[in-house]
Amino acid sequence: MELVYSIAIGVLVGSGVWLLLRPRTFQVLMGLVLLSYATNLFIFGMGRLSMHVPPIIDEAAPDPARYADPVPQALVLTAIVIGFATTALYLVMLLALRGLTGTDHVDGREPDR
Amino acid sequence: MQLELIVLLPFLGSLCAAFFPSNARNAEAWLSGIVAAVCAVLVASLYGDVAGGGVVRTRIDWLPQLGVDFYLRMDGYAWLFAMLVTFVGTLVVIYSRYYMSPSDPVPRFFAFLMAFMGAMLGMVLSGNLIQLVVFWELTSLTSFMLIAYWYHRPDARRGARMAAIVTVAGGLCLLAGVLMLGQMVGSYDLDDVLQAGDAIRAHPWYAPMLVLVLLGAFTKSAQFPFHFWLPQAMAAPTPVSAYLHSATMVKAGVFLLARLWPALASTELWFWLVCGAGAASLLVGAFSATFQRDMKGVLAYSTMSHLGLITMLCGMGTELGLIAAVFHMMNHATFKASLFMATGVVDHETGTRDLKRLNGLRHAMPLTAAVAIVAAGAMAGVPLLNGFLSKEMFLEESIVAGGVSGLRFTFPALATLGSLFSVAYSLRFIHEVFFGPSTVHELPRQPHDPARMLVPSALLVGACLLVGTLPARTVGPLLETAAIAILGPVLPEYRLAVWHGFTAPLLMSLAATTGGVALYVYLYRRRMTLIRTPFLSRFDSKRMFDVANVAATRGASRLGRVLFSRRLQTQLLLIVGFAIGAGYLPLLAGGYSPGAAPLTPLDPLFALLWIGGVACAIGAAHQAKFHRLAALIMIGGAGLVTVLTFAWFSAPDLALTQIAVEVVTTVLFLLGLRWLPRRLQLDDPRRRTVRARARRTRDAVFAAAAGIGAGLLTFAVLTRPGSSTLAEFFLESSLPEGDGRNVVNVILVDFRGFDTLGEITVVGIVAITVYALLRRFRPAPDSIDVPRAQREDAARAALQEHTADALPRDYMRLPAVLVRLLFPMAWLVSLYLLLRGHNAPGGGFVGGLVMATAIIVQYMVSGTIWIESRLRVHPQVLIALGLLAAGLTGVAAWLARQPLLTSLTLDLHLPVVGDVHLSTVLLFDLGVYLLVIGGTVLMLIALAHQSLRSPRRVHAPEHAPEPRHEAEGAAG
Repeated sequence: MELVYSIAIGVLVGSGVWLLLRPRTFQVLMGLVLLSYATNLFIFGMGRLSMHVPPIIDEAAPDPARYADPVPQALVLTAIVIGFATTALYLVMLLALRGLTGTDHVDGREPDR
Repeated sequence: MQLELIVLLPFLGSLCAAFFPSNARNAEAWLSGIVAAVCAVLVASLYGDVAGGGVVRTRIDWLPQLGVDFYLRMDGYAWLFAMLVTFVGTLVVIYSRYYMSPSDPVPRFFAFLMAFMGAMLGMVLSGNLIQLVVFWELTSLTSFMLIAYWYHRPDARRGARMAAIVTVAGGLCLLAGVLMLGQMVGSYDLDDVLQAGDAIRAHPWYAPMLVLVLLGAFTKSAQFPFHFWLPQAMAAPTPVSAYLHSATMVKAGVFLLARLWPALASTELWFWLVCGAGAASLLVGAFSATFQRDMKGVLAYSTMSHLGLITMLCGMGTELGLIAAVFHMMNHATFKASLFMATGVVDHETGTRDLKRLNGLRHAMPLTAAVAIVAAGAMAGVPLLNGFLSKEMFLEESIVAGGVSGLRFTFPALATLGSLFSVAYSLRFIHEVFFGPSTVHELPRQPHDPARMLVPSALLVGACLLVGTLPARTVGPLLETAAIAILGPVLPEYRLAVWHGFTAPLLMSLAATTGGVALYVYLYRRRMTLIRTPFLSRFDSKRMFDVANVAATRGASRLGRVLFSRRLQTQLLLIVGFAIGAGYLPLLAGGYSPGAAPLTPLDPLFALLWIGGVACAIGAAHQAKFHRLAALIMIGGAGLVTVLTFAWFSAPDLALTQIAVEVVTTVLFLLGLRWLPRRLQLDDPRRRTVRARARRTRDAVFAAAAGIGAGLLTFAVLTRPGSSTLAEFFLESSLPEGDGRNVVNVILVDFRGFDTLGEITVVGIVAITVYALLRRFRPAPDSIDVPRAQREDAARAALQEHTADALPRDYMRLPAVLVRLLFPMAWLVSLYLLLRGHNAPGGGFVGGLVMATAIIVQYMVSGTIWIESRLRVHPQVLIALGLLAAGLTGVAAWLARQPLLTSLTLDLHLPVVGDVHLSTVLLFDLGVYLLVIGGTVLMLIALAHQSLRSPRRVHAPEHAPEPRHEAEGAAG
């Protein structure tokens, strides 16, 4: 499982970085979305992978070792919502940029030929 | 307390003055005058405490870890300076009332004048060196604002800029010097620094530190070779010149020299640097002053020359020299301020300050002439005036210092020469303006004596006379107090008296006076007083400054071009490159090895899941340029796999939130896609050039490196056993302290509630920003029309209207009815998620997103117009309510005397219902819920509304050929 998880993060990061370096705004946006998936998974993975032990306390079994680590989960939950907000902002920025400059190149103008 | 008031009052006055109406000249003058006078009285009332070596201190903790306090400290020397600043300040305010014209916007003038006074007082009273530098720079800033007061004049802007660059740069040097000094002493307290003189002088850093401090002092006091800004600063209104650029601000440099004298002086280096700069300024200033055409130009160069004299006295390193320096600071301030005021009167009355045009004014303005003559006499060092006393002391010290340094004749000769020129330009100043044939009728205005405007100037001249005739009774005790503050209780013997007998200084003085008169008569006879300054006019330091300025600007932009790119791709590449490098760097030291923890057995389903996820990610990366919709679908696929992964590994909350976010994000993207340009995958030759290929290869290498690095890092972490005491704490205390079983939710709304409050604030801000950006949205011209897909659909529908496979009309009706039926259910689900969040997966975030999705689905299915005529959502109100609910819940904890955001619980036992458990946490989560609904809906609706805009042509190219042939083709 760990191997698959790591490969998954690797591929997400690789695709994300590739898109981040592309010249069109939409590509960069897609890259950021992929990178945010990868980052969230990475932070989540810091709590280690464990199955069938959600951090929802059962009074009958209060032993902390029986639950998944809640701290990375809380962090990632915050990150998901903030990530959504920044994605929306970036989307609107790229639309405004396109409207103002007439191009969807990240620099606001087509590269010199 | 009094010290704080003295510094604070002018700033408060400045703030008040700034908000007066622009023609409130009298009110402004009253306000400022009262503030200045009250400060003067406060300062005066402290004399008893500082006389005889006492020190008044006030300390407020500021950065105690760094040894930086806000520390006000007044000893005799600071008292004398503070008195000077407030007293001259009061007079200048009165004078300004008459000087400023009714059309000038006075609030700005008085506000900055007051702010300057506060900064100057703060500087003088600083007991901490860093704080001193802060106020020091503040005086430079206000000086800039005041020089540029008439900013419509290019010379004012230019002068202000030059003064600011020189003095602020000097201030930065001073800061560097002071930081070194603080490190050398181990404290920034003035008391400690003054005690540590011997240690400082023996320290290896002494020389560089001294140079830096002196750079600060010399630039501020317009010492050679940094003097050029002072004549340019004369573009300021004359009260400013009188106050800042002769009496107080330019004295800051020499103030500092005397202030730090016990700590820094009496070394060879100090002697040569300080005396050298002082002597050069004395001579260059006096010489240049003799040949100026502008009255204020004469005074500016004369100020520079007198400051040079004071600097020289400080540099000599004798205690008597220092006392003379302090004495001359005061004397110069009185006579020079009154001379500036008299100049302002002449300018105000005649409309010119040109020495060539002014002549014989003594008939029209006898009072002004009298005041100016006495003040100029003091400047020249005529007996019975205060300037004479300090000049005598200067001449005497020049003999002493000359003897010590081995310049037995050079030093006295230089001093006499300086005095000689001083006599010459003083004489010239008076003679050209007030004597000679009257040219009054040729002047722009007919001058009269403005009695009230002359009062401040006359008061200062009175002081000159009083000090000059009765020095020991008037200024004696004050000077002694100031000297004790610097030199300690044992002072060298000196006598303030007009008559010392026939001594060497008297002879030198006589020689200088006779020589000066002779020089002026010679120049006047030869009509050489109005020529450009001989020799020195070739060395135009103003021009050199400009050249240096331009060179620095060009150099900076050249450097910027080398080091910096405006292109985002280059910047991102650098960032990514550095991140990758930083990530791989530890491998060089430690190597890579996976951990030894047992692996979880692989579930083939999970592997299959991620084969899909990986394919989606790579596919999205591949398609994002030409097939945005496809890329979007694949991103969604990768997102879904992520959701499943969260669910798989015991994170139900994450899975819920992520899937809700996925839905909303996808809708958002779909709304946005319409405004992006159409891009077809053609066989573009530019994509096949060597450069383009190389670029893509390079990016691929970077991407691969980043991906492999992240994968390796993840694997290395996952194969090591995890241990987190944090997890234990939260798991153990969630139920007893937070009253919730769902630990993730308890962390969010209770333990780390403040983070969440910040986070929802960010979401609210982003939503409003999105809304604001879209209000001014201008679509690109080619995106304005109905999208191509819709056009083609319509055309196809028109073609197919009568055939069997045409879509039925109103094909959206069925889904619309269903979705409307679902709306209350969605409400219910979202509320359910909110309410159960504390004990089971759910919570405000998920609930809010579900609700927002329900609303936006209504929009999508029924259309914006239909839905808004029936259901008005007010997302801004929801955002506000959400923030208020969350914030007030946090504040409510204060009512129970608990820290912000502490959760409060209430257990009730109600009949019938049974036990009810109420917690403020639910209110907080409700705030989150409302805000998420509001924020999400606001963004989505704002974007959806763009399609409703009436199309309008923006920037339609006028010369574009009409697409007539197309229209014809279509018609045919």
